[in-house]
Amino acid sequence: MKIIKFLSLISLFFVGVMSSVQATELKVGFIYVNPVGENTGWDYQHDQGRKAVENAYGNKVETSYVEAVPEGADAERVMTQMALSGHDMIFATSFGFMDPVMNVAAKFPNVKFEHATGYKRADNVATYSARFYEGRSVIGHIAGRMTKTNTIGYIASYPIPEVIRGINSAYLAAKAVNPNIKFKIVWVFTWFDPAKEADAASTLIDQGADMIMQHTDSTAAMTIAEERGVYAFGQASDMKKFGPRAQLTSIIDDWAPYYVERVGKALDGTWKSEDTWDGLAPGMAAISDFSNEIPETVRKEAQDLHDAIASGTVHSFTGPINKQDGSTWLAAGETADDGTLLGMNFYVEGIDGDIPQ
Amino acid sequence: MDFASIDPTTVIYNLMIAATPILFAALGELVVEKSGVLNLGVEGMMIMGAICGFAISVETGSSYVGFIAAALGGAILSIIFAIMTQYFLANQVASGLALTLFGLGLAALLGHSYTGQVPPEVSKLSVPVLSSIPIFGKMFFNHDFFVYCSLALVFFIWFFLAKTRLGLIVQAVGENHDSAHAIGYNVTKIRFFSILFGGALAGLGGGYLSLIRVPQWTEGMTAGAGWIALAIVVFSTWQPWRLILGAYIFGGITILQLNLQAIGVNIDVALLSMTPYVVTIVALVLMSVNRSKKSIGAPGSLGKSFIKVL
Repeated sequence: MKIIKFLSLISLFFVGVMSSVQATELKVGFIYVNPVGENTGWDYQHDQGRKAVENAYGNKVETSYVEAVPEGADAERVMTQMALSGHDMIFATSFGFMDPVMNVAAKFPNVKFEHATGYKRADNVATYSARFYEGRSVIGHIAGRMTKTNTIGYIASYPIPEVIRGINSAYLAAKAVNPNIKFKIVWVFTWFDPAKEADAASTLIDQGADMIMQHTDSTAAMTIAEERGVYAFGQASDMKKFGPRAQLTSIIDDWAPYYVERVGKALDGTWKSEDTWDGLAPGMAAISDFSNEIPETVRKEAQDLHDAIASGTVHSFTGPINKQDGSTWLAAGETADDGTLLGMNFYVEGIDGDIPQ
Repeated sequence: MDFASIDPTTVIYNLMIAATPILFAALGELVVEKSGVLNLGVEGMMIMGAICGFAISVETGSSYVGFIAAALGGAILSIIFAIMTQYFLANQVASGLALTLFGLGLAALLGHSYTGQVPPEVSKLSVPVLSSIPIFGKMFFNHDFFVYCSLALVFFIWFFLAKTRLGLIVQAVGENHDSAHAIGYNVTKIRFFSILFGGALAGLGGGYLSLIRVPQWTEGMTAGAGWIALAIVVFSTWQPWRLILGAYIFGGITILQLNLQAIGVNIDVALLSMTPYVVTIVALVLMSVNRSKKSIGAPGSLGKSFIKVL
């Protein structure tokens, strides 16, 4: 027991150090699953959101963060410490924090929790996520128009709906402009392992892919694409620095507007538990500047597609679409409902291979 | 499923790159274990090499200076282990594990501001005539300097251990430190420098990872490579040549599973990633059937502290 007390004192100390000492109206804590890093990545984007909150509210709000928090018991401990040290609002920014959030939220009903990409909610737990698949339609379109080998390499992380949805969305958009398109998909079973992602990119290029898409966080694949002279699409942040020639565009997570809005609501007392799933329209999922390597016409088409999705006239999943086994999923003109999208566990027709179990 | 789209040339080319960091680290550990010391800190020394090499090459703009720094980083970290186990006679297993944990943490601290930086590029070194041989040229003779360097080191370390006086002394110290001491060799000093050499090579392996194979710095990027290097030393039954086999089998598994996935074969990744360890265990069981340490080639004094009586 003594050691537990000691450890919790230490962590209390660290949480305390990161937050400065001044009287403020609202204390907001953020927990990140990986180190924030300097320029790129999932956690870096969340931290940009945190900084936006600080800029927006100045002295009224005080923020702190704890990075590299493992999913599981550690996350629960960190959030408990945050709640005990007077935080009024906690943003948990990884899917794997879901159960820890629910456990801690039950113990601190007065603390507001915001959990990214999860599906469990309570009176003091809201969830939010971005429709990244809308961005994947845009990059799928570009890839389909630009590929010379008709082969797209896709580095996938874990076989969860979020990732499968992205593959399907990119494939459908590419297929629409290039009937001969083929997707080669490699599952690396990690969000972040540069060596593995680099190997996966090399392998896909060796097998004829001239466009690399990734649903993992490191910039390794972009580096390899630059080195090997193929094109690639960045993930989470602009990765141009790692592939000045290779990056055609990047899907960007922009949490800042959402964070600013939610903290504002907490300040004026109108915050309540909600489920937010925004896409290209409010810019929670955004597309970075198109590279000049993309031909003028394709750039314009991609921009039009982007605008059409954002305005709601086009849906990434519009029928007729069959499932991989040939059975009908969406009839002509029908669009997918959010429930099916959130639980998506099948490939659409035309994608080879099986989803690992 | 289209097996024809797997090109054996590129598979072997990539396999050699994937195997090189492990081969470096395993070579270093082989010499350490030959001198009778079991250093489980390979992972920690590798990651120190990875960050030191990366940071220095970013600062100086030269990847070769970076590699020297990588070797130094690994060696400096191993000094801690050497002092603890050779002078304070601390338990080698515990000290090694501590070294791994310490190295991982220290590297994360040192590397905090280097995440997301781009290191200078290391050019490929095509062997003049040989690299134009149709298939073999691309497979074997179109790598960077360090791939050849790792293979050359296998030869030199074999030559050193088997054919030179100093190499035989190192082996004698590892087989029976009391006898070696009795005939006048300085056991502690020889082990001390063996550990340093092992640290330098582990650092070099780490540097290869962060400067060539990935090339980037990220926290925890060795991802278990050090443990695989340790397993391969056992798998090789302490024979330098067999290290190549072990490292390349491991590299082959990594690369092949990605290739199989890309053509659409549904395979269990977890099963494949445990293969090198399973192979090591099976090899150990097969070789130790007659239950003497000697028969599997393990140095007689491996893991024992040397206590000088006189």
